[in-house]
Formats: sequence, structure tokens, C-alpha cells
Amino acid sequence: MGASVEIRGLVKWYGGRAVLDGVDLDVAPGSVCALLGPNGAGKTTAVRIATTLLRPDGGRVEVAGVDVVARPREVRRRIGTVGQQATVDEVLGARQNLVLFGRLHHLDRATARRRAGELLAQVGLPDTGAQPVREFSGGMRRRLDIAAALVLAPQVLFLDEPTTGLDPAGRRDVWAAVRDLVAGGTTVLLTTQYLEEAERLADQVSVLDGGRVVASGAPRELTAAIGGDRLELVVTDPARAAEAAALAERVAAGPPVPDRRGEGARLTVPVSRRAGVVGNVVRALDEAGIGVADLVLRPTTLDEAYLRITGRDRVAEEVPA
Amino acid sequence: MTTVAREPGGRLRWAVTDALTVAGRDVAHWRRQPAGLVVGLLFPVLLMVVFVYLLGGGIAVPGGSYRDFMVPGMLALVMLFGLEGTMTAVVTDTQRGVTDRFRALPMAQSAVVTGRCLADLAASVAGLALVALAGLAMGWRPDPGPGVVTAVGLLLLLRVGFLWVGIWLGLLARDPSLVAAVQILIWPFAFLSNVFVPVSSMPGWLGTLAAWNPVAATVTAVRELTGVPVSDDGWATEHATLLAVAWPVVLTAVFAALSVRRWQGLSR
Repeated sequence: MGASVEIRGLVKWYGGRAVLDGVDLDVAPGSVCALLGPNGAGKTTAVRIATTLLRPDGGRVEVAGVDVVARPREVRRRIGTVGQQATVDEVLGARQNLVLFGRLHHLDRATARRRAGELLAQVGLPDTGAQPVREFSGGMRRRLDIAAALVLAPQVLFLDEPTTGLDPAGRRDVWAAVRDLVAGGTTVLLTTQYLEEAERLADQVSVLDGGRVVASGAPRELTAAIGGDRLELVVTDPARAAEAAALAERVAAGPPVPDRRGEGARLTVPVSRRAGVVGNVVRALDEAGIGVADLVLRPTTLDEAYLRITGRDRVAEEVPA
Repeated sequence: MTTVAREPGGRLRWAVTDALTVAGRDVAHWRRQPAGLVVGLLFPVLLMVVFVYLLGGGIAVPGGSYRDFMVPGMLALVMLFGLEGTMTAVVTDTQRGVTDRFRALPMAQSAVVTGRCLADLAASVAGLALVALAGLAMGWRPDPGPGVVTAVGLLLLLRVGFLWVGIWLGLLARDPSLVAAVQILIWPFAFLSNVFVPVSSMPGWLGTLAAWNPVAATVTAVRELTGVPVSDDGWATEHATLLAVAWPVVLTAVFAALSVRRWQGLSR
């Protein structure tokens, strides 16, 4: 069986600028793919093309084996779409919304009502009766939004930044709903700016930057590919941090990255995963008479991988995660 | 293999069913938030009361009864005011992403617009009925007969023309500020007609412009059809019934085409 989403050489122009500049992407059936990238990277554009809302200027997109340009109506029957904003009707109640969308999916009245009840249960929404959606919390609204996308039990679900603007509780709710769906066999393509979200939900992460996929793989592969683990050190004397960094650099695999947010005593050293590397660093520091207050060996976070991949660790600006 | 919901019946059947579903959403809105609808419906009645009882005494009209002059004008004005409602609904749905949600559904895409038309026409019928009832309560007595039916037909035809203007403006607007602009500009447009005063009372060139206002043609036609005396104010007034058909047809043709272009532009 082929990929649930197959994107080849996708190109989209806006005002003389290529927003998408030859994107290739495969999402295996039943998997979760996170499209990761900063604002303006083209994530939303790619999703809008795959969900038949935008026409591409070049390349080919197949969703559930159907070409999105040639047969958009058939694609629409096989997908669920959740856009960046909650696109449910604010005036109507949760159930009323789902019945409306059921009817627009051409379910008869009785089936639409029954399906609305099933969907509310599926995304874990309590029965709020006639309460208008405008009074819902962000997390509840988003879950209703997702429920509205599941009317026909889509083969592929597209989520465009599903947790942007949600509080931590809302985010957890949405993650739980997505995990349940995936357990039920739905393929999910989601976009996100949050690395944590990609790490938690995705089987596969594709980093989009400047209209191209600049890295792709399992979250762990991506982090491993750019330098294994990180050693976090806190030296007792901040004045000797630079010296400690130089020492660690010599012993460990890569150049250390002094943490500018700390008081200068904290160092993060990329280390290759090999026996004795921690001991070597500690011994070297000890011999130089530099005290170590704290030491942690941990895997590289997707955050660090992402900054490295997109080249943003080389510029001095903070990238909002 | 996966099963996909079959679509029994033809495309036309779904185009009609989906349009009714979309229109039903507006009906549900009215039921849940009647205040907005009621205020919108009562405003023309209020305006009519103000003009007939407070201002109209100072306005000379053919036949002498400002009330009989005003009611047909207000009926046509309700059709013009409907444009704001159409535009606001389209802007709101587009901004909140509801339009995109509809566009990604396997529904008949035409229903997004035809459903809007059905709901807005229903609201306009209610608006007409209320102004007519208020007029009757104030003592307005139209000539009974088929002329009344024709008048209602011409009024709703005008509404269809403005409906498409509203849809186009709604698709054009990137933010609600354009709605506010239209809500203001609609007034000079309304005053530059024969709704409130006879065009013969205006300076020559302005009077001509006012007589050619699409609203004016329908107003004159409705006055004639309901037995209100109409003064001869030139070609446009003489051929009011013809213009009352031609204007809405032209508005619909132009703005429906522009709207379709704009709609297709959403996917570019």
C-alpha cells in the first residue's frame, strides 16, 4: 500500500516568491507526520493544497491515492481538515454543529444525529446541550473542531497548528484526542511550531524551511543525526566558564554552546555517544581545578536539532519555540 | 479498500439539499439570537415613523400624502439595507474560516452561496412584511389587486441584485472595516434617490442621477403599482418598471460574475 499522503515537487508562488519550492513528503498510512517549521515556512500553504483549498503551481499531491487537483471532490470525502482557527459555528451548540456538518456530508437527519453523539464521545466532549460554542474553552472548541472533521471517519486528518493559542490543559486534551484517533488507524498530517508537540505525537518529522523540506525522519533520528547527546554542566565559578568550555570542547565531540540565559556558569556540550566521555570531561575539569556543581547527560532535544537544521543557532536571535 | 459514503441522487439534488442545510444554519442563528434580527427588522419601521410623522410634514410630494409616498420607498430601502446583512455574513464566515471549512467539505460548493441567498431572501420577505404592516397600521392603503403581487416581485428582484453586490463585497473585504464603510456609504446612496423626496425637488443633474439610482426605479414602479401618484421626472421615471427589472438583472449579471471570479480566486 502506498503512502496516505504523497507530495512530489510541490511548488507554490505568491507575488514572485516561491513559498513552496519543491516539497517532497510521504506520510505512511496510520502514521503521524509533523510538519515543523517557523512562521512563513510554508506549512499552512502545503496543507491548504493537500486539502483542496489551494491550487499548486507545480508538482503533484495525492491524498489517499487520489490526485487533489484532478479529483478534489473525492479527496474531500476522504479527508478531515482542521484549520488554524476553530471553524465551527460560534452561535450554535456543539451537537447542533456536528449535525450541521453531518448533513453537509450528506448523512440523513437520523444518521447525522447519531453520528454527532458518537463524535462528541470520541473526542471526549461532555454533553453541553444548547450552550453556544462561543462560551467554550479553547481546548473544548478545538476538540469540537476536530470532531467536525471526523464525520465520515476520514482516512487522513489534516491538523494545521492544532494547539496554537491553547493553554497547557487544552493542549493535553487535543493531544489525547489525536492519539486516540491514531490508535484507531487514522493517518494524521499536522503542522506545528512546537517541537514538543512533534516529539510527543509524531512518528515522522519533516522540517520545512524556506519552502523546502530540509530534514526528515523519526524525531529520534533527527536528534541523533546532529550530534548525539548533550552534557549539561554547571561550574561552581562562573568566571572560569569559558575555560571550562574550551576544555570540554577538546575532550567532547563538538563545540560547546555557552548558555547565555544562565548566569554564565551553565554550559551545554554536544557529546558523541561513546563510553567514558562523561568521565573524560569531568577528569579534565577536575585536573584544571574547575569545580562542577551539576552535571546531566541527556539526548539532544528536537529544539536543538531544529535550530541546527534551520541554521538559526548561528544567528544571535531567539527563536520562539 | 475503504468505503466512502455513496452519493445517491444527482448533483442537482444535493445542490438543493445542501443549500437548504446552509440556509437552515441562518434560521438556527435567528432562533438563538433573535435580538439581531428583530432590531434589523424594526429599524426601517422606526425610520419610516420618523420620516412620516416628524420630517415628512415639510416635504411636498405628488398627491400630497407623504405617508403614501414614503411606504413604497421604505419597502425598497429594506432591500438595499439587506446588502449589509449579506456582506456581514459573508465576511464573518470567511474570516472565521467557516467558508474554508465548507470549501473542504464534499458538499455542493454552490450551496455556500445559494444557501446564503435563500436565508437572506427569507429575512427580506420578513422585513417587507413588517414595513407593509406598519404602513397599513399608519393608514397606508395600496390599490388591491395583481399590482401588489408584481410590486413584491420587483422588490425581491431588487434584493437579489443587491444580494450579489453584498456577496461580492463580502468576498472582497479582508476585514470588517469595509463593512463599516459600506454601512456609512449606503446612506448617501439611499438619499440620492426618490425614497425620501421627489427627484424634482433636487438640482437638475442630481435629480437625474437620483432618478437613475437602481433603488429609485423600483420605488417608482412600486408607487405606480400600488396607486401612489408619480410625477413625470424624465425618461428614467417614465420607464421605471422597465428599469426596475433591468437594474437587478444587470446587477446580478455583473456581481454574480465578479463573485464567481473572486470565489475561484480563493484557491489561487
